[in-house]
Amino acid sequence: MHPAFSVLLFTVTSGFGYGFMIILVMAQLFGGNPFAAPQAYWLSFAVALLLMTVGLLASTFHLANPKNAWRAFSRFRTSWLSREGVLALLYYPLALIYIFVLWRNSWQTSPVVLLTGVLCIVIAGLLLLCTAMIYASLKTIPQWHTRLVPAGFLIFAVLSGLLLFNLALTSAGQAVAKGWLWGTVALSVLAAVFKWYYFAFVGKPSRSNINTATSFTEARVRLLDTGHSAPNFLQKEFIYEVGPKTKTLARRLVLLMAFAMPALLLFAQMNLAGGGLPLALLAVVSAYLGLLLERWLFFVEARHVIRHYYGA
Amino acid sequence: MRLGLVIDLDTCVGCHGCATACKQWNTSGTIGPLSDTAPYGKDPDGAWLNRIRTFEVEEQPVSKTVHFPMSCLHCEKADCVTVCPTGASYKRDEDGIVLVDQDKCMGCNLCAWACPYGARELDPVQGVMKKCTLCVDRIYDENLPEAERKPACVLTCPTSSRLFGDFDDPNSEVSQAVRARDGQDLMPELGYAPTNQYLPPRQPVEVSVHAVEEEQPFTVKGWINKMIAR
Ligand code: SF4
Ligand code: SF4
Ligand code: SF4
Repeated sequence: MHPAFSVLLFTVTSGFGYGFMIILVMAQLFGGNPFAAPQAYWLSFAVALLLMTVGLLASTFHLANPKNAWRAFSRFRTSWLSREGVLALLYYPLALIYIFVLWRNSWQTSPVVLLTGVLCIVIAGLLLLCTAMIYASLKTIPQWHTRLVPAGFLIFAVLSGLLLFNLALTSAGQAVAKGWLWGTVALSVLAAVFKWYYFAFVGKPSRSNINTATSFTEARVRLLDTGHSAPNFLQKEFIYEVGPKTKTLARRLVLLMAFAMPALLLFAQMNLAGGGLPLALLAVVSAYLGLLLERWLFFVEARHVIRHYYGA
Repeated sequence: MRLGLVIDLDTCVGCHGCATACKQWNTSGTIGPLSDTAPYGKDPDGAWLNRIRTFEVEEQPVSKTVHFPMSCLHCEKADCVTVCPTGASYKRDEDGIVLVDQDKCMGCNLCAWACPYGARELDPVQGVMKKCTLCVDRIYDENLPEAERKPACVLTCPTSSRLFGDFDDPNSEVSQAVRARDGQDLMPELGYAPTNQYLPPRQPVEVSVHAVEEEQPFTVKGWINKMIAR
């Protein structure tokens, strides 16, 4: 699949936003304001919303006819893309009610705060699921048509959220509890193992091939002619090849930048008396770039069945 | 009704007449235009609703060249419709034709991703999705003589390799052809239950050269020719 940069940017950035939101609200609901100052919480909350919004805006950049984008809210009963749009729209009033009531009640957990807070967590999770299901629901792409895809989106987003949370606490000058740090390191390791497994899964042969595509299941079939002289829409959109060397390099870089580096940096941060800010920042940057590459690879390794009509 | 096409892979000669007739009709039809970029340039590109690819089946010396025209197969389980967020893509209850409402499409490409058969192409100028309409603006047009109420590709095909009709009617031309020639689904493993069917190439009839020679009546010229050939 052709990796459109706006889509990579959208899924990774909104993933950071949703993940950060989930962690922030969870921390608040279970243990009160995780920050010493209330402002730090408001600010972090705003950052999470902003990341979500930037992600969603980026997703509209790849529409060829954005003036009809508002219609995307209409088919939520069948389309995951529509569901994502509807939930994203609902999110803003919900988040505002939560934060407003929390502020009015001066951090007392009232039933409204509890309800809207839990909804903020659940719907952020559902939004991630919707994004992932847009890909996972496509039977035409065997590498995407698997539960591993939604699982991956959830794991990577929560990991991004934890890293951002660590950065927020550190930049507020607070020490981060060992438990949080260990939890994040553990999730990084889990995410790396998970991704490793996915890389192996991607290599599985697809059930479709040039024989099932042409219905000549018991013959040798090869493409003689595509019927046109320059690449068409189908080839540009669906057939994107990179060499095996580039792929292997990209896979290693993903494991390194998205998971290993952040884990090591957090480990170093644990054993440091103070001044972990550069480490926490570097962990976020490394994870962000690593996940962008991960998403790129997610597209590049997706082999749409249309390729069988083009000789593959 | 379940309208669709039967395509005869035995007789198609890969002339691209169907694709050209399709482009001509539909660029000025209800879903038109079908835009092109650089049509006379080095890398011409544009939206086509029908494409013909050519395959070689089996290997020399027994190989056969098969021309393979493909347009929307108007699937029974059309995921292209399910994934569409705007409701622009729909499948008609009355005849099973899958269409795109050009006024509603936002050009997200998701339906094209969901189609296994490459039947949907984004118009490079308008930014909306184009696909075969089964010439819905011809087949019901009562101003046309009845014999012309067929898709443009079917009317134009010089070898009559394209049949149009109702698959729900067991006596229709298409149903009979599928029964007689063992019509095939493409990529049945994906479960889209395509309506259009493909007729496989016929087995070539074996012609025994020796037998033909034996049947030749004896002539002096023939006998001399044989002797010289030795
Ligand atoms: S061939 Fe493609 S576009 Fe046509 S109905 Fe089937 S899935 Fe949809
Ligand atoms: S490109 Fe148009 S028709 Fe296709 S899924 Fe998007 S909105 Fe629907
Ligand atoms: S017009 Fe007929 S013979 Fe020519 S490519 Fe189309 S189906 Fe084949």
